[in-house]
Amino acid sequence: MGFRILPKEIETLWTLFTGPAIWAVHFLFCYVWAAIYCAKRDQLQFGMVFVRGGIGVATVIALVLVAAGGYLAWRQWGFGVNNPPHNKPTEDSRTLFQGFSTLLLSALSFVAVVFTALPTLFIQACWP
Amino acid sequence: MLARHAGKITGIAAALSPVGGLTGCAGMQSALDPAGHEAQELYLLFLGMCAGGAVVFISVVSLLIYAVHHQRRVHSDRVVARLILWGTVTTVAVLTVLLTFSLALWPGLRPVQAEGQPAIEITVTGHQFWWDVRYQTPDGQAVVVAANEVRLPVGERVFLTLESADMIHSFWIPALAGKMDMVPGRSTHLSLLATRPGVFRGPCAEYCGTSHALMAFSAVAMEPAAFTAWLAARRMPSPTAQAAGLQAFLSNGCGGCHTISGTEARGKIGPDLSHVGSRETIGAGILPNTVQSIARFIKEPDTIKPGVRMPSFRMLPDEEIAGIAQYLKGLQ
Ligand code: HEC
Ligand SMILES: [Cu+2]
Repeated sequence: MGFRILPKEIETLWTLFTGPAIWAVHFLFCYVWAAIYCAKRDQLQFGMVFVRGGIGVATVIALVLVAAGGYLAWRQWGFGVNNPPHNKPTEDSRTLFQGFSTLLLSALSFVAVVFTALPTLFIQACWP
Repeated sequence: MLARHAGKITGIAAALSPVGGLTGCAGMQSALDPAGHEAQELYLLFLGMCAGGAVVFISVVSLLIYAVHHQRRVHSDRVVARLILWGTVTTVAVLTVLLTFSLALWPGLRPVQAEGQPAIEITVTGHQFWWDVRYQTPDGQAVVVAANEVRLPVGERVFLTLESADMIHSFWIPALAGKMDMVPGRSTHLSLLATRPGVFRGPCAEYCGTSHALMAFSAVAMEPAAFTAWLAARRMPSPTAQAAGLQAFLSNGCGGCHTISGTEARGKIGPDLSHVGSRETIGAGILPNTVQSIARFIKEPDTIKPGVRMPSFRMLPDEEIAGIAQYLKGLQ
């Protein structure tokens, strides 16, 4: 009988936060990028269009990553074949539960990234 | 009989019609009676959000009624899953529409100043419990100092720089635009475009001390020609600056805190009184501008505005106060 301090396999919850983590990085990028530009615009050689374009590119990247994470979660959830709640004390049930939760969080993060970027469509200049 | 009913019905219709129902919202300090471009945009935002909120409210209540009526019938898993999915999609769609609608109003509320376009620039500084107002003259040569009253030309863009000498105050003329905080140690900005002439009221919109609720000012939107003439006249001292009463004003130390241009009074602690007689109000929007209320303010400012930064002059004989008040009212 072998004795282990650590279990053989560590089930991790970390993938759950892929979507929210991408949203957080995108959010920080948008705000910091715009704030730095507006504070230093006198010394910079480019205009607001460049800032808006940068946010646009970051948004597309973030959305693709969130969607990819969402696809992996959907796969982990067995492409929706099994119905929630996945509440049995088994490894299978835990895997499905995590896949389903990750999928929902990815959907939320997708919307959140879009809402974070939405002002970029309308802002034309730093104020004042 | 019929006539009686007709009268009743007209009354109800008047109360329900948007115009009849909103007459209570008209007035000099109402965001629902816009007199400026920014306020108009905010009014639109308000109406749009109310309509959106009404739709959401009616939908939620309808669903609730539906749920209550169908309490015994259990839906299949398929139907429930669809309900959850489409319920979420609809919610996100409604939020997206409302958010986009409000963000689309942004450029109108934060207009970009076109290069080289002349704009009237006014700096307002909040003090406990009054407002210092400085106009940059169009030629950029002079600064006209006034207090507790902001005048602006109709149809011309005005850029305001807002500052504070002590607490956080908030500058707000509901009929003209949204509000903007005045933060010690930094400058904030607001843009105004009045669309019709009138006198509006601006309250301080951030608690700043005991007499915060007694800190207001008037905003006077004038025809551009009248504004230009007014501003030019303000560059000169009042013709009556040396009239009788000035001596009493100076000998009682009022000049240590107040400035009256064309005299030795050069104090900076209280509002500029160079043309105080022509202000709409006395004591930052609190009293009507009459000789009596000026006299009362000199005698007992601490009763009128608790915590005020002006000492009371109760010890002075009434005639002397009356003389000073008469003199100040004459400063037009
Ligand atoms: C210690 C400084 C100080 C002295 C001295 C002082 N005042 Fe004042 N005064 C103020 C301040 C501060 C205010 C603004 C009060 C407020 O509205 O919160 C003020 C307001 C006023 C106002 C109202 C101005 C307006 O725009 O509504 C009048 C009038 C006035 N003072 C007259 C006088 C007279 C007359 C004297 C001398 C008898 C005098 N003051 C002495 C500080 C002073
Ligand atoms: Cu205040």
